[in-house]
Amino acid sequence: MEKQRLTEYAVQVEKEEFKKRQRKAKFKQLLTISSPILVLMLWELLSRTALIDPRFFPPPTKILATLYQMGLSGEIFTHIEISLLRIFAGFLLGVIPAIIVGLLMGMYSPIRHFFSPLVMAFMPIPTLAMLPIILIIFGIGEFSKMVTIAISVFFPVVINTAAGVINIDNIYIDVAKNYGANAKDFFFKIALPGSLPVMLEGIQMGQAIALLTIVAAEMIGANSGIGYVIWMNYKAFLLPQMYVGLVLISFFGYLFSLIIRGLQSKLIPWK
Amino acid sequence: MTSQAKIELNQLTKVFFKRNESVEAIKNISLTIDEGEFVCLLGPSGCGKTTLLRILAGLETPSTGNFQINQENADNPLQSMVFQERGVIPWMTVKDNVAFGLRMRHLPTRVIKERTAYYLKKVGLENFANLYPKELSGGMKQRVSIARAFANDPEILLMDEPFAALDEQNKFILQEELLNIWQETKKTVLFITHSIDEAMLLSDRILLMSAQPGQIIKEKKINLPRPRTMEDVRSNEEMAKEFVDIWQHLQTEVQGSRTQ
Repeated sequence: MEKQRLTEYAVQVEKEEFKKRQRKAKFKQLLTISSPILVLMLWELLSRTALIDPRFFPPPTKILATLYQMGLSGEIFTHIEISLLRIFAGFLLGVIPAIIVGLLMGMYSPIRHFFSPLVMAFMPIPTLAMLPIILIIFGIGEFSKMVTIAISVFFPVVINTAAGVINIDNIYIDVAKNYGANAKDFFFKIALPGSLPVMLEGIQMGQAIALLTIVAAEMIGANSGIGYVIWMNYKAFLLPQMYVGLVLISFFGYLFSLIIRGLQSKLIPWK
Repeated sequence: MTSQAKIELNQLTKVFFKRNESVEAIKNISLTIDEGEFVCLLGPSGCGKTTLLRILAGLETPSTGNFQINQENADNPLQSMVFQERGVIPWMTVKDNVAFGLRMRHLPTRVIKERTAYYLKKVGLENFANLYPKELSGGMKQRVSIARAFANDPEILLMDEPFAALDEQNKFILQEELLNIWQETKKTVLFITHSIDEAMLLSDRILLMSAQPGQIIKEKKINLPRPRTMEDVRSNEEMAKEFVDIWQHLQTEVQGSRTQ
């Protein structure tokens, strides 16, 4: 009887403890949601009361209204479309060769020794600084913008892919060797899946860099795209319209990271 | 049982050379292992037993000397290794891990399926076939590793301290399971361990190794009838004496290498 009561009491104590932990977790979730809302509200308030200059910092509600208007006229969609196309095509143009070169660099040390000085030398140059040369080589059309993105995406992916292969635990390489894997099997069964987690980190980075690059490239040498919207509206001093461009970039950046994170859990279910 | 030589080692020596330093991992090892024999290489860590196994596994080349594994069936691979616990490939499911050797040999899908299913059942993992290794316990991972090696149907099996990372209860269980599977196939096995109990339970013959340079200093036949259990080994008085004898040999070796 006594024992029974003791157990009940112990369960009661742990129940309280569990509830406390849950309350704490909920509070943290609330914090995560509250920070952007708080900033937006503060911005709205300061702008409406003219404590900050509403010409430079129009209230968020006004930016949203402007977005709605630009959407109604349909004009903004053509800019979004062209930017997304550039990002997407440029991304693939950079990621695919980067994965192949990265895997080869990771698997074969002669290839690694040959390519790594080239990678190291070109990586620190901001792609935008190469834009004039890219324009000379590829002209001022769409393709040069895709190449710009491709180059900027290439480096983080190639480095991470090579590192991913190199960091595969030696024991798996021994297993493959002991069980007679040929070069092709080794590539597809060991090197590619084994390097995938680190490779995807590189792709995640490349995705962020692609957005940075496209906006900057469109600011410098384009007459369409989200970057162009930002730059032209700034020049025309239509700041709500400019902010719409910034909001769009933020939105797509977030969306792309979510997509790649989703891809991560799909592609590496074993992690 | 016919006493036919299955593995022949002829004056194998391996030296590791780095800058101006060289270490003799194993020195002048000659030995013969018979068809169907279960042999344990027993020695302290760093005595070169893993090096010897890696040479036979084709993962390391000897500095001098040579070895031969006599092939009976040209379709079978010469050897397959049961690796330590980390040797199960994390991005393949249990099923794919077991099928790995067969896939690498590009056997017909039907054969791969059949043999994989058979050995999955043998090690009691048929319900875990589609799980990834991260979801398995250490003992289950080693069952995968054992099934992978046996499914490959090699001429000889090499085992590199496969149970070293397991807790003692699991170790006993897996040792007996291994003996059960082995009894069915009667493959020639070379098994590395630093556990005297393990060696006495498993082997027909124990080879004691000295530390640096690794040499075989003593050989012991274990004549306990099979099938054996850990209880048999523990309750047998002769085995108790053998244990003490082996321990004394190893002890002087370990002490010797410490004072060097």
